[in-house]
Amino acid sequence: MKKENTMSVLLKGLLRENPVFVLILGTCPTLATTTTVTGAFGMGLATLAVLVCSNIVISALRKFIPDTVRIPCYIVVIAGFVTVVQMLIQAFIPDLYETLGVYLALITVNCIILGRAEMFAGKNPIGRSALDGIGMGLGFTLALLAMATVREVLGAGTFAGMEIPFLVDHKIELMAKAPGGLMVYGILIAVVNKITKGKVIKKKEFSCAGCPAAAECAGGCAEAVKEEQ
Amino acid sequence: MDKMLHVSVSPHIHGKKSTTGIMLDVILALLPASVAGVLLFGLSALWVIATCVVTAVACEALFNLIVKKEQTVGDLSAIVTGLLLALNLPANIPLWQAAVGTLFAIIVVKCIFGGLGHNVVNPAITARVFMLIAFGSMTAAVFPAGVDATAGATPLSVLAKGETVQLMDLFLGKCGGALGETSALALLIGGIYLLARRVISWHIPVSFIGSAFLLSLLVEKGDATAALAWILSGGLFIGAIFMATDYVTSPTTAKGKLIFGIGAGVITVLVRFFGTYPEGVSFAILLMNIVNPYIDSLCTRKVFGGSKK
Repeated sequence: MKKENTMSVLLKGLLRENPVFVLILGTCPTLATTTTVTGAFGMGLATLAVLVCSNIVISALRKFIPDTVRIPCYIVVIAGFVTVVQMLIQAFIPDLYETLGVYLALITVNCIILGRAEMFAGKNPIGRSALDGIGMGLGFTLALLAMATVREVLGAGTFAGMEIPFLVDHKIELMAKAPGGLMVYGILIAVVNKITKGKVIKKKEFSCAGCPAAAECAGGCAEAVKEEQ
Repeated sequence: MDKMLHVSVSPHIHGKKSTTGIMLDVILALLPASVAGVLLFGLSALWVIATCVVTAVACEALFNLIVKKEQTVGDLSAIVTGLLLALNLPANIPLWQAAVGTLFAIIVVKCIFGGLGHNVVNPAITARVFMLIAFGSMTAAVFPAGVDATAGATPLSVLAKGETVQLMDLFLGKCGGALGETSALALLIGGIYLLARRVISWHIPVSFIGSAFLLSLLVEKGDATAALAWILSGGLFIGAIFMATDYVTSPTTAKGKLIFGIGAGVITVLVRFFGTYPEGVSFAILLMNIVNPYIDSLCTRKVFGGSKK
């Protein structure tokens, strides 16, 4: 497998392999916490912190974790960091803790974190895994901010709690609700596809050629599918 | 060389109908309801209609310009969508909300999916549902001038309380509701025109309204007057005649159309009697639009001389 350069490891999470808009991972927190910009920013940073820490630890332990029980091991590591982050937020930013509610604890099962552990940190050295975590975490945060901006400005007429003069009297409440979230999500995916000119997803069928994660996965899931058959 | 044999693929016989012609017929058929709406609700109804039509045409023209597609405003379908949506709105709706709803109908529901013929669901009905969820003003009861509004509720909510309404008032449109949906008489005139011009077939309107009537009769334990009041109120007529019969989003075979109409009628009655919203017509049509491809694939006709699957 061709080795990616270090810069690309860091930057690919921002747009080219954005976890939310290209890999379509972590949709649940994406839809749930993007009704306000503040909530989305907090959620993004909390996930970023957990992602970087868990990527580093999992990468450090990758030679000791037996392959057959790797998923439970990853989850234990991730859950540990989520608990730390959750307690820190509860202690120092109680308002944010109230806003995020159960979704903070649910970072544990966020598929972006498990996905990066499985696809990247379990196979790469510590430094590169940390960079990957930072890139993907920032990509997640940016994606949440983009969605939350659209939804809060249109749905509530405010930005991070500040009222916007004209829009506050002309709000479209649907945008803050679930259907509005899905609509904004779909439209932003289309926009990202347009910016990357659809180069990321070349084929529509389920194959390595059509999978943006194929570079790290190296055909792992295709083998798994074959074994099942 | 003149006597060369020309070979082409079927179909060899073409009808004279064009998209523009059909859309023009629909606009003409909607005129009685529009006039009735303006007469009943006053000038504010006219403003709503104007806003929706102008926004619809402007949105489609701008979208085609921006994405550099062939200009399709000339087929009049944007005017039909704008007019239909306007007739589904209360007359006192803030005009910016009407404009946002129209923008949603044209850009999100129609243009993004590839324009007329490629939309999965009917733009006007989807925009109505969108506005129902997005804006509180959609559910407020609005009354025509000169009607005793002290009851303060649309016929559907009056009926839901078990009280009675005057059937003749419902038929002529002297009751609360959206500006184009109240007058069943005006809508029927438009429907008969469309039937006579063979723009629509009878299957969907008859099976839609018929099944809604029969089910209402069942729920009302055989009280025909109450059942009639149920089908004359709300948006059933405008939905069944103008929105459910949209070519793009309804089945192509007669059998499919009957299934479509009955399904929509059943959902309407279920929402009206057992749902949280007072009116179910828009939800019914939207849901049947979504299952429409399945109905079509259930009702494919066997090719003459072809083998059974």
